[in-house]
Amino acid sequence: MIVADKKPIEEIIDMIKDYEKILIVGCNECVTVCEAGGKKEVGVLASALRMYFMNQGKKMDIDEVTLERQCDHEYLEEIRDRIDQYDAVLSLACGAGIQFMAEKYFHTPVYPGVNTCFMGVTEERGVWSERCQGCGQCILGQTAGICPISRCAKRLLNGPCGGSTNGKCEISKDLDCAWQLIVDRLKELDRLDDYEQIAPIKDWSTERAGGPRHVVREDVRQ
Amino acid sequence: MRLRYPDTIRIVRVPCTGKVDVLHILRAFEKGADGVYVVGCMEGDCRFENGNLRARKRVAQARELLDKVGIGGERVKMFNLSSGEGPRFAEYAVEMTEKIRALGPNPIKKAKEKRAA
Amino acid sequence: MSTQTPSKLEKVLDSGALGVTSECGPPRGSDPEAITKKAEMIRDYVDAINITDNQTSVTRLCSLAACIHLKQMGLDPVLQMVVRDRNRIALQSDILGAASFDIYNMLCLSGDHQQFGDNPQGQNVFDLDSMQLIQTVRYMRDEGKFLGGDEIKRPPRMFVGAAANPFADPFEIRIPRLAKKVAAGAEFIQTQCIYNLEKFEEWMKLTRDRGLHEKVHILAGVTPLSPPVWPSI
Repeated sequence: MIVADKKPIEEIIDMIKDYEKILIVGCNECVTVCEAGGKKEVGVLASALRMYFMNQGKKMDIDEVTLERQCDHEYLEEIRDRIDQYDAVLSLACGAGIQFMAEKYFHTPVYPGVNTCFMGVTEERGVWSERCQGCGQCILGQTAGICPISRCAKRLLNGPCGGSTNGKCEISKDLDCAWQLIVDRLKELDRLDDYEQIAPIKDWSTERAGGPRHVVREDVRQ
Repeated sequence: MRLRYPDTIRIVRVPCTGKVDVLHILRAFEKGADGVYVVGCMEGDCRFENGNLRARKRVAQARELLDKVGIGGERVKMFNLSSGEGPRFAEYAVEMTEKIRALGPNPIKKAKEKRAA
Repeated sequence: MSTQTPSKLEKVLDSGALGVTSECGPPRGSDPEAITKKAEMIRDYVDAINITDNQTSVTRLCSLAACIHLKQMGLDPVLQMVVRDRNRIALQSDILGAASFDIYNMLCLSGDHQQFGDNPQGQNVFDLDSMQLIQTVRYMRDEGKFLGGDEIKRPPRMFVGAAANPFADPFEIRIPRLAKKVAAGAEFIQTQCIYNLEKFEEWMKLTRDRGLHEKVHILAGVTPLSPPVWPSI
């Protein structure tokens, strides 16, 4: 899923303080699972903001809605008939959802209520960690199912570097060395000989380096 | 045990304090409550294992938010006691009531009155 | 191992003699004397001088410029290059720049993470890794071509080195990793500082068991302790 984290409420207050009528829009997908932008977080944020502005003696009407997704036209369309009632939208979706909202409702200012962090997993409730950077050319088959691009601080394709100590990364003793994990798993799979194959220089053009990316599938396109 | 406790308190029963969400606490303040306290079972004695521990975290979150929006985090508090401690329940009620009286009314109420005027 | 480049260091090592290099960190300022003074002090005792490349990610005068100062003093510098700060365009370009001053030694490194330095909020690059940098410079030298395939006029003539840390984890891949660097084209290895002789000997034994000592020159790293940290004996 896409993992996001709540923005500090002070920052949100600063963004919306000049408006009078705001719609806070949550998203039922990834940000609900990582407890940053679902229906519950929308409710808490709306309540806190209402109290803040009321206490400041400032007029601020805040409504709430949570959509199934903000990265698809059909769900964003659900607020078309009411969007013009608001001075601005505060979206708690990931960066993709926020932008799609802004594209669709061109004349309505849209503000982010969360910081979008990465593509990752729920290790346990309250702990999420990165697993993928969407490089567009998956090499997990060669690295025993562990991605050195998202999990090695230096994205080394031929790691580990000399900074790996007791299975931990040189930048933090709380961070596993991805290459230690890869070596451990290669061993487990009886494939340690594969370690000596030199990973070729990577074509980063399918990654961020190649500019904004698209996937076009003519077989399913309408 | 016909113990007395301040009649300014309104009790909201929940099956377990684990049911209490940050949102419930905030809404109470939004509607004008001067203080909210959550009374759970003793830590380690939760029938649902960690309901009261969850409540403690949520109370802490509510506290932080109330501080940030200018209502005051000290208006919310978590207490723990066992079901046999009736006198304690009354003591906590008195303690909380005195504390809230000292703090004065929820500023939201004043702001609402001003708005209405 | 037949001599490939005009490097003095390579000649010394190929002759079977003990090669000696010393590391020289560039200053945090633009005064060239910081380099030339250090070099004067050690010039009669070493075969080559390593110039570090923004070590521990602290911004310093660049390795290439410092190497040029040494070269102009008639010394044999070892240009250290980390892949942290430059992409493949900049790396190849700097290799050519060094070659244009007839710098003949290069040490290919990953580089410490920028978190340790004075710009922990900076972006890192890691377009290539150290293994791939070894391959790149060997390709430029031996094939006379850029990574993109175009021909290089007057290709660089670099004696290519890499680092090895006999003490890092996981230990079981230390030797396979060395073998990988040799396969990538490393001609000499400079190890991390050795404080644990026993472990170093074990590492050397495993190196010999695989015959890697026949394929690559190994320079063992030594750092004299400065007075405040002298162990009490």
